[in-house]
Amino acid sequence: MKRNNILVGILLLALYLIVELGIRTGIIEPFQQVNLFLMGINIILAVSLNLIVGFTGQLALGHAGFMAVGAYVSAVLTLKLGQPYLLAIFAGAFAALIMGIIIGLPTLRLKGDYLAIATLGFGEIIRGIIVNIDYIGGAAGINGIPKYTNWTWLYLFTLFTIFAVKNFVNSTHGRACIAIRDNEIAAETMGINTTYYKVLAFSLGAFFAGIAGALYAHYFFLIQPVTFSMQKSFDALVMVVFGGLGSITGSILAAIAVTFLNAALINLGALRMVIYAMLLVIIMVFRPQGLLGTKEFTFRTLLRLKERGTANAKD
Amino acid sequence: MLKIENLDVYYGAIHALKGISLELNEGEIVTLIGANGAGKTTTLQTISGLIRPKNGSITFQGQELTQRPAQEIVKMGISQVPEGRRVFANLTVLENLEMGAYLRKDKEGIKATLEKVYARFPRLRERKKQLAGTLSGGEQQMLAMGRALMSQPTLLLLDEPSMGLAPILVQEIFSIIQEINKAGTTILLVEQNAHMALSIAHRAYILETGRIVASGDAKELAESEQVKKAYLGG
Repeated sequence: MKRNNILVGILLLALYLIVELGIRTGIIEPFQQVNLFLMGINIILAVSLNLIVGFTGQLALGHAGFMAVGAYVSAVLTLKLGQPYLLAIFAGAFAALIMGIIIGLPTLRLKGDYLAIATLGFGEIIRGIIVNIDYIGGAAGINGIPKYTNWTWLYLFTLFTIFAVKNFVNSTHGRACIAIRDNEIAAETMGINTTYYKVLAFSLGAFFAGIAGALYAHYFFLIQPVTFSMQKSFDALVMVVFGGLGSITGSILAAIAVTFLNAALINLGALRMVIYAMLLVIIMVFRPQGLLGTKEFTFRTLLRLKERGTANAKD
Repeated sequence: MLKIENLDVYYGAIHALKGISLELNEGEIVTLIGANGAGKTTTLQTISGLIRPKNGSITFQGQELTQRPAQEIVKMGISQVPEGRRVFANLTVLENLEMGAYLRKDKEGIKATLEKVYARFPRLRERKKQLAGTLSGGEQQMLAMGRALMSQPTLLLLDEPSMGLAPILVQEIFSIIQEINKAGTTILLVEQNAHMALSIAHRAYILETGRIVASGDAKELAESEQVKKAYLGG
């Protein structure tokens, strides 16, 4: 167990150094870099949405709205108020968290498709409000945001999100969330305060979406309300479902795969969306539970696969 | 220990419980029997705090329950085994049992209760690492009961434990219910299987479309012509 942790640490550090070196030496080209950063941001979005949809079972579709809150709050802080980046990121994340509580308290009484529609609406309301505030550029958005997000920031916050969500899910609180997803009435009869946990998971998810927004704003230096449309929420949901509801590693793999797919198909123009949609249909037909289902991808599974492989070889 | 007086419950415009009153004494098994839609589950859910009544009172050991949230009612010592088992399918057997002790903080005490539950349901120990969703119906019912016992209730509410189980399993479950009762837990048993329920209960109430139409000693009710005709098939 301990040895595995050290191994994971070394691998993570190695991954960081290799990419950092690649960027510095120019081996990783600018186009690849953009996609690398999108990958990180998508991982944060997918993993945090999985906490809400996959682990707590609340079908929420307003994730882009929280991302927008994080992006705008952090951009205003760095660009207009000259605050340090780290502070701006956390301010953006906390603003999204508070928005999550405000939206979550009334909507999480709803279930299933009603909740989906209500959160979808709230996501659009956030966008609508942003469009109508001149201070933050209205529909034109904010331009010239300092480009603070580098590989180090992105990598650290992606890891932070993954480990925070993983630890939450494996805690008693996480167990309570899974219990609510599996059976809300039974969870309530166990004495679990279901409203509390639903709002907790929802606002925590919003917190990380806020981080993703802040990272996004300070990489692409332009944010517009249209960036955070419904489409963005759906993209995140696609990654969660594709990776497997309730699998963190599934979300990570799916975020990487979807970003990669989008980049690889970019030269095909209009055909790209057709192929992308087709692939999603095919995947859902053949793996309706998503890539990993509710399972996690661990070193132990790798070892088991290897053992099975050698066992087969002997036969 | 539990006293329900003139309880009225509505689902929107539908009057589901029409002023029912019933009482449970410490150490009893009391059964509430009746057909589909009579209001049996509604009664249990109202006691547990999952449904709010319009009028009436429920007192448990002298304290009013109707305004309290569900988690407080669990804390006071009332535990419900919901209808249709409702185990947490994606958690293991052990994790399900641990969820049952969710409101308890005493780690040692929880361990001791877990051992007791395993002793009562040896099959749960054998399958503790297995996902609850992969258990058979009977095992899930045992898990649901074990899970409810993890909070060390003084009053156990059982909602149709015989539902969907083979007759031999029903026998087993009912004898376990009697054992739990003998170990000191008061039981309110809701059942459609009137014959089985009356055979183990001390007293019974018969519910018909939201009203209690008969009550009394379980053995006597089982013998009465009215009950035989309506619930015991002749």
